[in-house]
Amino acid sequence: MPKIKYIEHNGKEHIVDVPLGWSVMEGAVKNMIPGIDADCGGACACATCHVYVDPAWTEKLPAKEDMEETMLDFAQDLEATSRLSCQIKVTRELDGFTVRLPKSQH
Amino acid sequence: MTDKIVIVGAGQAAAQAIASLRGEGYSGAITLVGDEPFLPYQRPPLSKAYLLGKLERDRLFLKPDQFYTDAGIDLRLGVQATAIDRSARRLQLSDNSALAYDKLLLATGTRVRRIKVPGAELAGVHYLRSIADVDLLRPALVPGKTLAVIGGGYIGLEVAAVAIKLGLEVTVFEALDRLMARAVSPVLSEFYLAEHRNAGVKFQLKTGVEGFVGGGRLSAVRAGGAEHAADLALVGIGVLPNTEIAAAAGLSCDDGIMVDPYCTSIDDPAIFAAGDCTRHHGRDGAVLRLECVQNAIDQAKHAALAMLGRPTPYAEVPWFWSDQYDLKMQIAGLSRPGDDLVLRGDPTGRKFAVFHLRKGRVAAVEAVNAASEYIVGRKLITDATPVSAERLADTGISMKQIV
Repeated sequence: MPKIKYIEHNGKEHIVDVPLGWSVMEGAVKNMIPGIDADCGGACACATCHVYVDPAWTEKLPAKEDMEETMLDFAQDLEATSRLSCQIKVTRELDGFTVRLPKSQH
Repeated sequence: MTDKIVIVGAGQAAAQAIASLRGEGYSGAITLVGDEPFLPYQRPPLSKAYLLGKLERDRLFLKPDQFYTDAGIDLRLGVQATAIDRSARRLQLSDNSALAYDKLLLATGTRVRRIKVPGAELAGVHYLRSIADVDLLRPALVPGKTLAVIGGGYIGLEVAAVAIKLGLEVTVFEALDRLMARAVSPVLSEFYLAEHRNAGVKFQLKTGVEGFVGGGRLSAVRAGGAEHAADLALVGIGVLPNTEIAAAAGLSCDDGIMVDPYCTSIDDPAIFAAGDCTRHHGRDGAVLRLECVQNAIDQAKHAALAMLGRPTPYAEVPWFWSDQYDLKMQIAGLSRPGDDLVLRGDPTGRKFAVFHLRKGRVAAVEAVNAASEYIVGRKLITDATPVSAERLADTGISMKQIV
């Protein structure tokens, strides 16, 4: 199983195994990593699973779809590598994938 | 001093209430009572990815098992709460045990409304609300079979979209003259009707179902005076709030357990309620009952704070979504008859929104594949920003310029 690293806003790191095909959001929720709310459960409807992708990994991700792009446009504390983690599917290539979590999802 | 909280109902509101109580520093006892054998899980995917077989059961659960262990929750699953003794502050359970409480949170949700016509008990007549319902329905969705969907609401249409994708013949029977009539404006009803027809779904509008026919097993649906062959039926005609134990305990109920703006029972300061089962005050003062994830989450947060003696009024803007085919419907706010409707974009382009204006402000927005209209609409509702209908309708002006 690919390992995903989540870094909380306070710097605390969590490295967890996430099954192939799951989203990066699900990996956080199922491992109780604080900082991702995911109110809608991954339907790209709430924008409460915002993460900052480690710049080393941005190239390895498929481009954002329109829906994600727009939802993010209005997110708080947007950065260049902001993504919605419910839209990032875990693949073999993402072993070691690293994200930072924002201060708040609201 | 509160040191024993009992939560009845193990759904979305319960999971949030536990997270909020512990997050806010409550260290007393919490007992969770649920009549299904499962920990709290997400219901929205049941009629979508889970029914389609694209999402495994494990992935439905809102929190991992460890969350409840870490939070020290006393789990009473597969057990029903049968009575509340308010004077003794005790909750009676179906296994003949009883739980003492200092604070009681009713998050009992809803159950499906059953259709009362001849033949409704035949094998092959399905409902969809729980994991168990889907586990029964899914094996029956065999390519080539004929499915009758009774009710053209969210559940019926989401199931129709899945079933047609799986290769079934699907007909939707709707008693009213348009789809999702209770939830969306006519523009969206028309649009979704056309989309479903393009996908191959057949419709019988203004056609109430009179009965189900079959010798032990469903073979046809009787509707509009004719018999329509069907191998199986899915009934999606709405839900009823689970208010019985509240009403029996003398709490005011009127299609929902009546709560004040702090999610506290209007009759008993030791009893709270959150989610689909409540009748509450909306942000515009109207008294209403909502069936949605947002309301379950937000009311649970407010109920948790109220239980801890820090009440804050619930005034969040409701939001909803529905996935049918590749179409994402997102709705924020609550419309009312008499609102001025403003269409932005063109439904034939499969990306548009309908704004509902009241007194020069956005009261609700319905967006189809139109995330910025949805997000900005939600913000305009929250902030009660005065807007001009002309600007909203003009796709030459971006939503960012409007906000």
